[in-house]
Amino acid sequence: MTKLDAKIPEGSLAEKWTKYQSSVPLVNPANKRSLEIVIVGSGLAGASAAASLAELGYKVKVFCFQDSPRRAHSIAAQGGINAAKNYQNDGDSVYRLFYDTIKGGDYRAREANVHRLAEVSGNIIDQCVAQGVPFAREYGGLLSNRSFGGTQVQRTFYAAGQTGQQLLLGAYSALQRQVGMGNVKMYTRHEMLDVVTIDGKARGIIARDSVTGALERHFGHAVLLCTGGYGNVFYLSTNAMGSNVTAAWKANKKGAFFANPCYTQIHPTCIPVSGDHQSKLTLMSESLRNDGRIWVPKKENDNRKANEIPEDERDYYLERRYPAFGNLVPRDIASRAAKERCDAGYGVGASKMAVYLDYAAAIIRYGKGEANKHNMHNPSDEEIQAMGKAVVKEKYGNLFDMYKQITGEDPYEVPMRIYPAVHYTMGGLWVDYNLMTTIPGLYALGEANFSDHGANRLGASALMQGLADGYFVIPYTIGNYLASEIRTPAMSTDSEPFVTAEKEVRDRLETLMNIKGSKPVDYFHKRLGKIMWDECGMARSAEGLKASIKEIQALQKEFWSDVKIPGEIDNLNPELEKAGRVADFLELGELMCIDALDRNESCGGHFRTEYQTEDGEALRDDENYAYVAAWENKGNGKFELHKEELKYENIKIAQRSYK
Amino acid sequence: MEGHLNLTLKIWRQKNANVAGKFETYQVSGISTDMSFLEMIDVLNNRLIEVGDDPVAFDHDCREGICGMCSMYINGRPHGPNRGVTTCQLHMRSFQDGETITVEPWRASAFPVIKDLVVNRSAFDRIIAAGGFVSVNTGNAQDANNLPIPKDDADEAFAAAACIGCGACVAACKNASAMLFTSAKISQLALLPQGKVEAAKRAEAMVAQMDEEGFGACSNTGACEAECPKGISLENIARMNREYFSATFSSK
Ligand SMILES: Cc1cc2nc3c(=O)[nH]c(=O)nc-3n(C[C@H](O)[C@H](O)[C@H](O)COP(=O)(O)OP(=O)(O)OC[C@H]3O[C@@H](n4cnc5c(N)ncnc54)[C@H](O)[C@@H]3O)c2cc1C
Ligand code: SF4
Ligand code: FES
Repeated sequence: MTKLDAKIPEGSLAEKWTKYQSSVPLVNPANKRSLEIVIVGSGLAGASAAASLAELGYKVKVFCFQDSPRRAHSIAAQGGINAAKNYQNDGDSVYRLFYDTIKGGDYRAREANVHRLAEVSGNIIDQCVAQGVPFAREYGGLLSNRSFGGTQVQRTFYAAGQTGQQLLLGAYSALQRQVGMGNVKMYTRHEMLDVVTIDGKARGIIARDSVTGALERHFGHAVLLCTGGYGNVFYLSTNAMGSNVTAAWKANKKGAFFANPCYTQIHPTCIPVSGDHQSKLTLMSESLRNDGRIWVPKKENDNRKANEIPEDERDYYLERRYPAFGNLVPRDIASRAAKERCDAGYGVGASKMAVYLDYAAAIIRYGKGEANKHNMHNPSDEEIQAMGKAVVKEKYGNLFDMYKQITGEDPYEVPMRIYPAVHYTMGGLWVDYNLMTTIPGLYALGEANFSDHGANRLGASALMQGLADGYFVIPYTIGNYLASEIRTPAMSTDSEPFVTAEKEVRDRLETLMNIKGSKPVDYFHKRLGKIMWDECGMARSAEGLKASIKEIQALQKEFWSDVKIPGEIDNLNPELEKAGRVADFLELGELMCIDALDRNESCGGHFRTEYQTEDGEALRDDENYAYVAAWENKGNGKFELHKEELKYENIKIAQRSYK
Repeated sequence: MEGHLNLTLKIWRQKNANVAGKFETYQVSGISTDMSFLEMIDVLNNRLIEVGDDPVAFDHDCREGICGMCSMYINGRPHGPNRGVTTCQLHMRSFQDGETITVEPWRASAFPVIKDLVVNRSAFDRIIAAGGFVSVNTGNAQDANNLPIPKDDADEAFAAAACIGCGACVAACKNASAMLFTSAKISQLALLPQGKVEAAKRAEAMVAQMDEEGFGACSNTGACEAECPKGISLENIARMNREYFSATFSSK
């Protein structure tokens, strides 16, 4: 085991980043023109990094597997983005955002990174507005805010329920501007299948052109992985169908440590599973918890319709258990509370695996508010309903429509049925303060790294982190590395490391095609998903995890001997792409269980049933587990644990309480 | 309530861009009305794989109506029979037991077929690269609230910005015009003070690129607006024309 050096700058917390910025080595403009950077991923992290680095003068290549960079999964983010602007004058500050994020992460994130994130959060909003991102505004023309879980201030900026879309289109426009100017070369429908290292440094990638099947070699003085999260290891999640771990996993195999793989976020408010055919789950944004109230019947196994259950027979269990934060407790807590109620027999709907998210009270409250604004003294109930629904529609219309589309029920009339679902992965490639992985020259940004959210991410913080990394962090920190690379000429991709890497990729694709077994890829993916959800999901136990590791190993063998991939290797072949991704998920799933087994405590999204308080809250063990678990891949399913000790010098570590 | 359907599917199959395609007919049975249209195709594909046939290639990713990747022309309409939804949000409860459903790719010379139902829409990216942005570098921005924007303008800009770049407007148009898509971006930015500065130049550059890509002219039939899953309004085209003409007048 080695000690990991996070390269945190000296100085007091509030000064670290400023000092770093003014002392980091710079690369002069002429040298930038001869330095090449490969960026994999065009989501918020990738697009913002690509645009910013190209503006600085670097030569940039960007890769994504979709047909356009605008379709990266960031597009689907709904609720909003945090920033410590304190526009509401409600007591927000950089320190408070920092504090909330560390506490929300259950004291398992690195202080220095999180503070930097809070510091640059305001600049993100400025940048996005300057690009023409149409955030929600008040009548006075200024920006509007709402609240998200785990905070008591309103610091979330939003664009209806389409914040991710608008932010990504902003970053995409900045990226396309650089494409138009010839500073970025964009490769769409390309999948990165390996990192190439030369003399221990990352020097490029092998990518497959999905349309022709051709393998390509691309050189870069540095490589940035901005490839998103791995929630799809669970098969069903709120992630897009194509979201995958392949890029990060290949990097892990080449020497980049994978940190905290078991930290998974299960989001409390998603549309419940309706049947076996289901291919993905749909999130109902956390912003809905601003105004909606969550409840189940007080009576066990109550089969009455929601509207027939009188007020005093409803259990608003979050308000009951957590009076200070109520419906706005962090996600891990809200999810476990929903599971607890359903497991105890109070769930609703046909499957009984759901709770209600109710807008009836909010509609009346907003309706009355509107009546006041319009000086209506005796509004009728119908008028109140109509005006209230109009306000709710403006705030959450697209979410309500989506719910109706999927379930066939009208959420303006009946409460929504919701249940927790896999949503986000806090774990990811280990990076230091510079966002560099343990392979020199290989960086990880956005959801693909592990850095800022500890064991649980607060809502509206992923968009913030992705854009912070891309717009405001990497443009500085990459200079620290590239300043010493100015004498390295662009390398030929005919060299042995590129040739070997390409051959290995080709061999693996051919092996997959030649298995010619009997079961489609989905069959294996579903089985893996079920193991992960049952044993490495909302509740984990040593016994269950040990059994799962064996089951996953058996499933890996079965996959490699019985998967059936149709079509050709040199044509568009979505099944072949899926097979490669599922093969990687099968290995990652095993590591997630190993990591969950190693962590003999409960923290944030990682809940070990053996470690809980009397009232069922997560019980941390700060003495023994205040570390980042970074896993080195030794090949053949062997992993070695390295630890980064987490030091809290500015925050007093405490039992997290939202009561 | 959940029901089950037996359906006949007539699907366009085309191996790649260089060969001719044709319709193939498939039967699927026991399709739950709770499935989405794409989940129904998943069922078909897994059956095709089991019997050793090549599954139907189609584009999709988010499956919640926001990424703009899904793109099926169903029974003669882009994204199928329902208004305001993408293919991935179309559910099987919108179909009848025993129905025959015809599925084709988007048809437009600027969107060549790659395989089966997958087409190449990169022309849209090039239109944006030509001018669909505000020329502001990272770090150039002032404080966000230094620039108050009337709520109505912000809301209108947002409505235009909701375009998901799916291309249904092009597929719906008998001229395969990309006016609705292009005008949505031009409008969004022209409505905001940040974008106003370059509005005329932007309109000129984006329209020139649109023409170069081989999209057809607009003959105001409004099929694009009717089929757009995000309700992008024809008014955007009028606004684009205003910006465009002011640009061409001033540059002459
Ligand atoms: C439904 C939903 C709603 C959300 N809402 C919010 C919210 O309101 N607020 C918030 O803060 N966060 C939210 N999140 C989380 C947030 O959206 C994501 O964490 C964030 O957008 C991730 O951005 P990214 O740039 O890291 O990765 P992504 O946007 O996932 O981009 C990944 C990119 O990598 C590319 N890629 C991946 N693998 C490869 C490969 N092997 N080869 C080539 N390219 C590859 C993809 O093509 C894509 O371009 C939400 C998430 C979901 C699922
Ligand atoms: S205007 Fe509508 S139909 Fe056209 S690309 Fe945009 S969302 Fe799709
Ligand atoms: S798959 Fe994303 S819009 Fe349909």
